[in-house]
Amino acid sequence: VNPADLLGSDLSLAFWPIVIGAIVNSACALLGCFLVLRRMSLLGDAISHAVLPGLVIAFFFAGRNAFGWLFLGAMASGVLTTFLVESLRKWGNVPEDSAMGIVFTAMFSIGVLLLSNWARDVHLDVSCVIYGDMDIATSILTRGYGFVYPRVFPRMAAALIGVVVFLFVFRKELKLAAFDPALATAMGFSAALLHYLMMGMTAVVSVSAFEAIGSVLAVAMLIVPPATAQLLTDRLRTMLVLSALVACLSSLFGYLLARHFAANSAGMMAVAAGLQYSAAVLFAPRYGLIAKSWRSLALSTRIAGEDVLARLYRKEEASRRPAVETPVEVPIITRKWIDRLARGRLLHNGEVHLAADGALALTDRGRKTAESLVRSHRLWEAYLVQNFQLPLDHLHEPAERIEHFIGPELQQQLAESLPKTAVDPHGREIPGTAPDQK
Amino acid sequence: MSSTSAARRTGLPVALILVPACLIAASAWFLPSLARFSAGFVSYNTVVVLLGATLLGANAGLIGTFTVLRGRALLGDVLAHASLPGFPLALLLLGRRSFSGMLVSAFIMGLVGVLLLTLLRRYTRTKDDAALGIIRSVLFGLGIVLISVVQSWVVEGGKAGLESQIFGKTAGMLAEDVRLIGLVSLVSLATITLLFKEFQLASFDAGFARVQGWPALVLDNLQMGLVAVTTVVALPAVGAVLATALLIIPGATLRFWTERLRTLLLGSAVLGALIGAVGSAASANFSLLPAGPIIVLVGVAMFVVSMLFAPRRGLIARRIAQEGFRRARRRRRLLATLFELDEIDGGENDWHPAERIASRHAWTPRELFQVVTEAELEDLIRRRDHDEAGQLCRLTAAGTEYAATIVRGFRLRDALLDEHPDQAVLVAAWEPRDFDENLPPELLATLEARLQSRGTLPPASGPTIPPGRNHGEERP
Repeated sequence: VNPADLLGSDLSLAFWPIVIGAIVNSACALLGCFLVLRRMSLLGDAISHAVLPGLVIAFFFAGRNAFGWLFLGAMASGVLTTFLVESLRKWGNVPEDSAMGIVFTAMFSIGVLLLSNWARDVHLDVSCVIYGDMDIATSILTRGYGFVYPRVFPRMAAALIGVVVFLFVFRKELKLAAFDPALATAMGFSAALLHYLMMGMTAVVSVSAFEAIGSVLAVAMLIVPPATAQLLTDRLRTMLVLSALVACLSSLFGYLLARHFAANSAGMMAVAAGLQYSAAVLFAPRYGLIAKSWRSLALSTRIAGEDVLARLYRKEEASRRPAVETPVEVPIITRKWIDRLARGRLLHNGEVHLAADGALALTDRGRKTAESLVRSHRLWEAYLVQNFQLPLDHLHEPAERIEHFIGPELQQQLAESLPKTAVDPHGREIPGTAPDQK
Repeated sequence: MSSTSAARRTGLPVALILVPACLIAASAWFLPSLARFSAGFVSYNTVVVLLGATLLGANAGLIGTFTVLRGRALLGDVLAHASLPGFPLALLLLGRRSFSGMLVSAFIMGLVGVLLLTLLRRYTRTKDDAALGIIRSVLFGLGIVLISVVQSWVVEGGKAGLESQIFGKTAGMLAEDVRLIGLVSLVSLATITLLFKEFQLASFDAGFARVQGWPALVLDNLQMGLVAVTTVVALPAVGAVLATALLIIPGATLRFWTERLRTLLLGSAVLGALIGAVGSAASANFSLLPAGPIIVLVGVAMFVVSMLFAPRRGLIARRIAQEGFRRARRRRRLLATLFELDEIDGGENDWHPAERIASRHAWTPRELFQVVTEAELEDLIRRRDHDEAGQLCRLTAAGTEYAATIVRGFRLRDALLDEHPDQAVLVAAWEPRDFDENLPPELLATLEARLQSRGTLPPASGPTIPPGRNHGEERP
């Protein structure tokens, strides 16, 4: 039974490429999480180029289907690349990026040379290694266990299972090494051994990937989905799941788009991953650009509004009667539209009301907020004098900054830590008590 | 330093660089045509390829040095991949094959890639390495997609020429390509010559350059632009991977030979030219071998040779220096120990068993033999065999004098560090004699007086220090 035939005739052609793509992509993406976390993405990149000679040699001696040898050859080139980069860095005092550049271009050149000399004996072609060809890779079907599947399926599935087992067995060590390599070493895990294992696995994955998606996409899948997932979450487990998800979606949309435009599917999968990454850059809930600028806009509006309230409060305090403020009265320190936004928000919240001539005056509600702000401000000034012995002319600025971030709880703690809370260091009255104490 | 001498100093590299630049540019312009007449000896094509590869190597070596120095060695790689979409894009936009149009649009794509990279670094959580990887692989993927689309849409003349942007067809270089490469070389040479001082500062201390009020961003972008131009011009000739290598290898290789930027730049240009020439000549002679990979491997071979054999920074030279340092250190320990043993015995030069000294410092028998033999050859100690105690050693007169200097330095340091432990880093590299010269006189006098009162101050002897190979630091 070919599972692809269970779908409609139109989709059955797309079934295997998408499945194979999803398998290979998620194998890369899962492993890539740790590369990205340890900031070694470029080493992964280098390795995926450097496996070429190992690949050619394994093909030459063992033939295309001996994938045990293929994996061994890949593992060997991966470890060799890592070792060479490390030695250049350590013994030759070569900066790491130069070392990587030299090693991978050299390995790749050797691979191309071997390939161009043995091209007739090995059914392997550089452009296939670079781009891969999903349609050719999945068109050769074979039969086994009652199913019909592409010949490359077992190899790719083995790679995925290998990655999952590797990540499961070493989950503790990998996690520790990803977030705190120094601690890992201090606790007696051999960081170097783990490093080499990791790079060996990277090589295995990129070799298993090359036929279907090519080395370029392998690199894209090693880096882009994990980076996307990293923008979406702070938890390693979620990151792994999301990263695999992005990889599978890249396969799905990449292949379908490629078919629609009659374009190269490996390239399109990389583009699909790139689009998901751009979407994450823009829309991620916490680290996305839109969320970030929204938060910073909200914060600046709040601060601008609170400044208006505090100013009005001080005016009232000085003149002992309700005060108004027209927008032209004070120089605007933030951007104009933010100031306008802030005033609009104050009106909307009912913390100020419009007096004559478009001037603003405090409502009772606004007065309460302003009182709390001024209280925070003056408590902080008193605190600074008591604990840091700052001179009087150094007090206002830090207090002006921090007043927006002192909640009722901190206010109370400040009040408790001060011997007297009636007046601030400038001799002005510290108003009221915190709102929640009333 | 007066400003005139500074001007004279910068005048030198201008002359050094501009003269060969003019020669190169002239040869790039005329030699392809001249080569037509010399076709009897070597094929016209070989001359063109040789010239193109040489120029390309020189230019890449020159520009690449800065990227290597600034820790951006993989920038060329990123640019080479990111500019790929530019080639098919030009074809789609212009509707016809135009070599210059493709190069311009590839250049623009490369710059877009660099811009995106800067934005990702600045505004997202993605780290540098991942950002590089993303830009590089996604834009390359886009390039592949566009190329495949172009191949299926544009029937006529679409495919040929696009494939080669990735692997390069060095052997297919045309006189037109060589002229372009010559032009780019000229531009980058002129830029580097004119902005030598600025680039120099930006390469070694970018922060200082900014603080000094120089347009660090402009300089940065100028350098990246030069890398982009070089890469784009190199792509059709040697392909993406190999263009990367040409940018990195000469700079990284010459770094083993020199510590002066001027020498580094000139050397890298020469080495790049050499790599290009040797590689393309080799592949012309063995027609089976593609030129691109050969060029890279020739470069890597030169890199490895330099890494091993370069005079000061090479691996072997550094090993030798380290060994010399260890020997000098052991010899001092030997002399100091003999001196102190003499002190304990009452000040007379006496015979002491060598084994006892070795076990104090955990020397292996070989190390002991080496240090004793050397010291004896330099007439610092005498040695004789003894039936029970093995070998015995005794200081000579010259040895005693030298040993007194060493022990004096040790004790002055100990006395100093007792008082000022925070100066340990400062004095770590001082030699024994430096204590007499470098310490403030009144401090030296205090320390001497203290040692004197304990009776542990060896006399300051004359400067008759025997010719040691290396002077280094040690601990008593």
